[in-house]
Amino acid sequence: MTALQKDRGPGSPVAAGPDAPPDAAPPVRTPRGRGTRRYWWFTPWLYLLAPLVLLVTFTYLPIADMLGYSFTDWDGISPTHENVGAENYTDLFTRPELFKVFLVSGVYLVASFVQIAAALYFATVLSFKARFRNLFKGILFFPYLINGVAIGFVFLYFFQPGGTLDSLLQVVGLHGHHLWLGDPDLVNKSLAGVSVWRYTGLNMVLFLGAIQSIPPHLYEAAALDGANSWQRFRHIIAPSIKPIISLSVILAISGSLAVFEIPYVMTGGANGSETFVIQTVKLAFKFDKVGLASASAVVLLVLILIVTWIQRRLVPEERVELS
Amino acid sequence: MRRGWMAVAAATMVVLTACSSGGGSSSSAATAAADPAKVSGDITVLTNRTDQVTDGTLKKYADEFTKLYPNVKVKFEGITDYEGEVKIRMNTENYGDVLLIPQSLSVSRYPTFFSSLGDASDLSRTFDWTDYANVGGKVYGLANIGVATGLVYNKAVWQQAGITDWPTSQQAFIDDLKAVKARTQATPYYTNYHDGWPLRQWTDSVGVPSCDSKAKDALATTAEPWAAGKDLNAIDGLLYSAVHEKLTEDDPTTTNWENSKTLLGTGKVATMALGSWAIPQIQAAAKAAGQNPDDIGYMPFPQASSDGKLCSVVQPDYKYAVNTHSSHKEAARAWIDWFITKSGSAQAEEAISSVKGTALPSTLKPFEDKGVRMIPQAQEQSAVVSKIDKGAEIGLDTPDYRQKLVDIARGAAPGDRNSYFAELDKKWSESQKTVAG
Repeated sequence: MTALQKDRGPGSPVAAGPDAPPDAAPPVRTPRGRGTRRYWWFTPWLYLLAPLVLLVTFTYLPIADMLGYSFTDWDGISPTHENVGAENYTDLFTRPELFKVFLVSGVYLVASFVQIAAALYFATVLSFKARFRNLFKGILFFPYLINGVAIGFVFLYFFQPGGTLDSLLQVVGLHGHHLWLGDPDLVNKSLAGVSVWRYTGLNMVLFLGAIQSIPPHLYEAAALDGANSWQRFRHIIAPSIKPIISLSVILAISGSLAVFEIPYVMTGGANGSETFVIQTVKLAFKFDKVGLASASAVVLLVLILIVTWIQRRLVPEERVELS
Repeated sequence: MRRGWMAVAAATMVVLTACSSGGGSSSSAATAAADPAKVSGDITVLTNRTDQVTDGTLKKYADEFTKLYPNVKVKFEGITDYEGEVKIRMNTENYGDVLLIPQSLSVSRYPTFFSSLGDASDLSRTFDWTDYANVGGKVYGLANIGVATGLVYNKAVWQQAGITDWPTSQQAFIDDLKAVKARTQATPYYTNYHDGWPLRQWTDSVGVPSCDSKAKDALATTAEPWAAGKDLNAIDGLLYSAVHEKLTEDDPTTTNWENSKTLLGTGKVATMALGSWAIPQIQAAAKAAGQNPDDIGYMPFPQASSDGKLCSVVQPDYKYAVNTHSSHKEAARAWIDWFITKSGSAQAEEAISSVKGTALPSTLKPFEDKGVRMIPQAQEQSAVVSKIDKGAEIGLDTPDYRQKLVDIARGAAPGDRNSYFAELDKKWSESQKTVAG
């Protein structure tokens, strides 16, 4: 560690920075290292070229296209389309029933807080000495690695009347015949449960990484002061990983507004489990209203941006100083 | 790894062609050639029958075809999600040489994507159902097989319930289902709600309750298709009653189509509404489960028309068309003609051949014996009907509105039969006004 720092010498990165002492800043940029390499201003951009091209091709161009379509009456297949101005948007906003589906998102939002709490709990427990902790980390993270479509199919069997879940409940003595997907009061909760099962592992890994960056001597000091586990969590871990928690909350909210694949695979949006994205997909591909669907996708995008913005205002980003 | 790069390259090609496409189609017709030896080229046929691609059935047909047309090579591309994938591919020029016309494409669009196969007045002398792909007197697609509408049922189970005759009224049908429920272990009717598309099959019966071949066209001018006495009222009302009387499976949201074939084959389910294309598949499922395939029968929609006759609509399955961008149109046309008239595939599948004058398959013999009236379904207004339907966001060709009907019938969604029919009528008439201008 020290050897590396020495090798870098007092020269390059620090001296070239704005804070460098004036005597160390030469009028002509001295070549770095052994003097064989030149420095071009665009070098970092060369490294960024690949990700930037991908980002523009697969994110910004499609969004621009989508914005374009949202002002047309394109049906998704015809070679021509006409500009209809803001008609799609007025159509959207004069039909409040199109926004009713956000009620479904509420269920997922509640579930995502359960998910964050569970992930925090597991991350805290598993970052300390626990038997088989790597195994448990693996088990909890595993669902995130499975393809969402496969998860949908697996849980279809799981939720069948007399299926896996009912049998499991029977084993622990809770008899009953539930229509997990067929009962309109249960369907969204069941689906949200699947999504909690799937994403808890991802949240947990994020939290684990953050927790591991906390210097261990803080725990030692806390232990000397006689802090118990809850106090250690409350006063050391939680404040230290606050940025990650707030990031997870943002992801949870935008995620619950944009739920798609699990309900789409499992119910196709039937029985009152339709989400905003499923509704949009139906508008585009079942009723050939690509223009209107694009407009509702734009609305969803704007909604998520607004929610994120509000949240950043309420919980401003702050640097966490450790130790 | 290499295949990975190939896939990336192929995807890039698709994206590039997608960018460069747009209008500008050649309008030359795909005509039949006089001399088979002069027809040449490699053609690609898109098909939804992935099973026949894998088990070599189509390869066998292609080999037969090559004997007659030595300079044509036929390649097949099986697509599992046919409707979804092909419609998107049609934004490019690369959608095979021969393809099945996606059901959701409205007829007026056919000339944009396909080559004309000839004049309707000529082709209709040889083939049935040419009017389903007729735009301005030219035909753009030919069906290989036709399908009769009705219900597949397990004869053994119905007999066990003490029923010997086909029901001829809705009330009789519901009573029969009740008898099945009371006297057998079987689920009287299986909705296949979860897979959804089997619910769409009911739409094919428009025209049956009234026994009117123009009933589907009439939707273009009907303001309230779900009003009492109309076909959709009868069709959806029957489904509603069956579900409402609890004569269907407990949890419709976890049904499974593949499994339902075995359930019907083994008598755990008594009835399902499907086109006649499903009979051989369910017989095969029965055989695979060690049951007698002859137990599988087919009955018409249980509502006799005013003169006391039961009816069934016979309409084409997928129609074959030639890509207007194809560079081997003659070869493509030769394949379509040969496949429909000479391959014998319709007979092999016990389907109704589209070639005029071909005998009905044995599975539909009872229809003939009992004098079921087989009617066509006029298609002159189908573009308008589809426009109204899509504008209203009802989706006669999607399962969604019937899933909601089932939800309402089983008490999982608010409303009742009349309120839902009124809602559908309202949407329909509003959209109809917009379409009419």
